Amino acid sequence: MTTDKQQDQPNQLSQVEQESGMHSVVTDWAADKEVFNMPWGKLMMWIFLLSDTFIFSIFLTSYMNVRMTTTASWPSSSEVFALTIAGHHIPLLLIAIMTFILITSSGTMAMAVNFAYRGDKSKTFWLMLATALLGASFVGMQAFEWTKLIVDEGIRPWGNPMGAPQFGSIFFMITGFHGLHVSCGVIYLAIIANKVRKGDYDKKGFHIVEITGLYWHFVDLVWVFIFAFFYLW
Amino acid sequence: MTHVAIADQIEEDHEPTGFVRKYIWSQDHKVIAIQYAITAIFVGLIALVLSGMMRLQLGFPDSFSFIDPSSYLQFVTMHGMIMVIYLLTALLLGGFGNYLIPLMVGARDMVFPYLNMLSYWTYLLAVIVLVSSFFVTGGPTGAGWTLYPPQAILQGTPGAGKGIILMLVSLAIFIVAFTMGGLNYVTTVLQARTRGMTLMRMPLTIWGIFIATILGLLAFPALLVSAIMMLFDKLLGTSFFMPAIVSLGESLEFSGGSPILFQHLFWFFGHPEVYIVALPAFGMVSDVIATHARKNIFGYRMMVWAIVAIGGLSFVVWAHHMYVSGMNPYFGFFFATTTLIIAVPTALKVYNWVLTLWKGNIHLTVPMLFAIGFIFTFTHGGLTGLWLGNVVVDLPLSDTYFVVAHFHMVMGVSPVMVLFAAIYHWYPKITGRYFHNGLGKWHFWLTFLGTYAIYLPMHYLGFLGVPRRYFAMGDSNFIPESAYSLNASISVSAIIVGVVQLIFLFNIIYSLKYGKKAPANPWGATSLEWQTPDTPPRHGNWGKTLPVVHRWAYDFSVPGAKQDFIPQSVANEDVEMNDGSTFTGHKED
Ligand code: HEM
Ligand SMILES: [Cu+2]
Repeated sequence: MTTDKQQDQPNQLSQVEQESGMHSVVTDWAADKEVFNMPWGKLMMWIFLLSDTFIFSIFLTSYMNVRMTTTASWPSSSEVFALTIAGHHIPLLLIAIMTFILITSSGTMAMAVNFAYRGDKSKTFWLMLATALLGASFVGMQAFEWTKLIVDEGIRPWGNPMGAPQFGSIFFMITGFHGLHVSCGVIYLAIIANKVRKGDYDKKGFHIVEITGLYWHFVDLVWVFIFAFFYLW
Repeated sequence: MTHVAIADQIEEDHEPTGFVRKYIWSQDHKVIAIQYAITAIFVGLIALVLSGMMRLQLGFPDSFSFIDPSSYLQFVTMHGMIMVIYLLTALLLGGFGNYLIPLMVGARDMVFPYLNMLSYWTYLLAVIVLVSSFFVTGGPTGAGWTLYPPQAILQGTPGAGKGIILMLVSLAIFIVAFTMGGLNYVTTVLQARTRGMTLMRMPLTIWGIFIATILGLLAFPALLVSAIMMLFDKLLGTSFFMPAIVSLGESLEFSGGSPILFQHLFWFFGHPEVYIVALPAFGMVSDVIATHARKNIFGYRMMVWAIVAIGGLSFVVWAHHMYVSGMNPYFGFFFATTTLIIAVPTALKVYNWVLTLWKGNIHLTVPMLFAIGFIFTFTHGGLTGLWLGNVVVDLPLSDTYFVVAHFHMVMGVSPVMVLFAAIYHWYPKITGRYFHNGLGKWHFWLTFLGTYAIYLPMHYLGFLGVPRRYFAMGDSNFIPESAYSLNASISVSAIIVGVVQLIFLFNIIYSLKYGKKAPANPWGATSLEWQTPDTPPRHGNWGKTLPVVHRWAYDFSVPGAKQDFIPQSVANEDVEMNDGSTFTGHKED
């Protein structure tokens, strides 16, 4: 283990910082005080997201399981999720737009983080607000999609005219759970953006913007998986 | 922009004043820990009374009119669920995790005290929702603690109306509470240690709690998701877990769901849950044994890696609970293999505990007695676990009293033994007073021997084929007359063991006021929580300056040193040697 010299100078353990690769990982984990050079809030968000990843993975695994074991046939995604515009049947149009919006919002978020660390509060505020608005429009379009599925196609959580009842159940459950995440994110963004504008973080530093960003990117990433599993399979 | 590590922040927290801020809406980890502990022990007593009622029925069938078949099932279910989740998980992590983490790693508090406070109040809400199910029409659910669908939500199962809904909602709330606490515990261990406290100098208690919390953060999601899906099946009429069913000649609305999916999800949570209660117990018992045997823990690094390995492996053994579910036999082969592999690090830990005792200077204090009792019960339950891990052995024994005996030994009695050891061990620090030693010894011997009187015969009942979760055995002719007298004797022992716990309650309450005043470090322990300036530790734990750690937590009976222990916070120069020389340290582990 450690030699006595090190024992009496605990600070030395954390001094070696410029090394790279595997070695620096080992140094970080062998150090005292802290393992990661980041604020607690950020680490806590990472751990929370890890836990949340398990939630979504289990949702999606359950979806795959249910889809493979159910006895009735699974409705065809290119038909259920199509929009009819001016008489043309365009599959996946709405979803393509929704996905585009969400990915754009990740871009504005990344810019917000960048400006936050440069200390440009007003740009940060507007970019976060833009992110929140894009998120809100995503939720709005999801509401539109749900309405169409429920009213026009007669899909319900407990059954639908096209086939396996699990289609509606799992679709509403998972997209609903994701939509809830987006909605919480919108509120979270709005609150933090406002606090940034008011100057609440001038002293503490702007890590919180990055932490909010982590959450937001995660929600986007999850959407990519949901998109792939529901709309492309 | 850089940030300041907690160990480098000098200013002390401002201590809250006023009774309410100090003891009710408290953000102090020690107060929150005690709130968790009191709540958990309270529901635990409910679960204990329920087990007594079940034993009354089993030992003396049909003598008690207030127990009918449905209420029996409700007692089984609530007993199991409360014991596993609301008592053990909450007391080990919410109680001891909260109390010990900041003290043992040398922090002033958890990193987010406010979130920590919310965690407790959310847990309390979960408990209230759970207990309220005793008072709704239809009573609590009787589906068994595994809540298997389809029967859990169908007419005919007790509590299939409101009871099951309240149970699922309560579990979901509990998971939220656990997550808030758990994020705090993990972040505190990773980021808020004091100077000199490297991960490999942490006491094993912290390692056990740390890894168990990570398991919880990754395993509870499966329970949350399955609770949500079952709630939808119940409330919206979806068919996630519900196949097409004909009930009382009528076909129900469900079709095409997969009950097996629920079993997979449940046990993906359920098996790690076993280790969520076992790992903190492993950790705490290691520290109790080392301290009271005045010897360094044998193979510290091995112990740490065993905890990590068990934690990792516990995610790939879940289907050993499902050998009889009709899954693919190749799965059975895979899960039997992983189950036997996980026995390796587990056995290693048992060997190391025994080797720590070997040639130690064993003080048979009350905590030590419970710790040694744990080694017995855990080895015992672990060995029957090896049997049940093998498919061919499990098939005939599945759902018999052999299983009941196995899991009570390994995850019922063993963690409870450690909890008692831990409560007695840390009692002088938490309260500043000694517990009554004589009463403690009575409590140990009656509990330990009583445990064997209860569970040893159950193994035999299991061999006879007596099924678990049965209200009565009926007139099955494969069950001999002797099984009935055995059952009566088990029940008498169970009632005695239940009543004996009153000694414990009396002891901890009585000693609070009348116990002898305890010094700061009555056991001569090395870890940081015993080196606080005040006993019980005050808000902020460390007074003006944080302690600095110079060594691991197991410097007991160091050759040449005057005292038989060197606290972690003592530097080599400050160690008093018999010959007046300077201590030059030695290899840790
Ligand atoms: C004096 C102590 C205890 C007694 C007398 C006792 C007794 C019982 C009895 C009679 C049953 C029902 C068996 C059946 O009909 O199938 C049972 C089930 C159970 N007990 Fe205990 N128990 C005790 C402590 C504990 C503890 C500390 C735990 C913590 C893990 C625990 C966990 C369980 C579980 C998980 C079940 C299964 C419930 C189910 O089948 O759904 N018990 N216990
Ligand atoms: Cu298991």
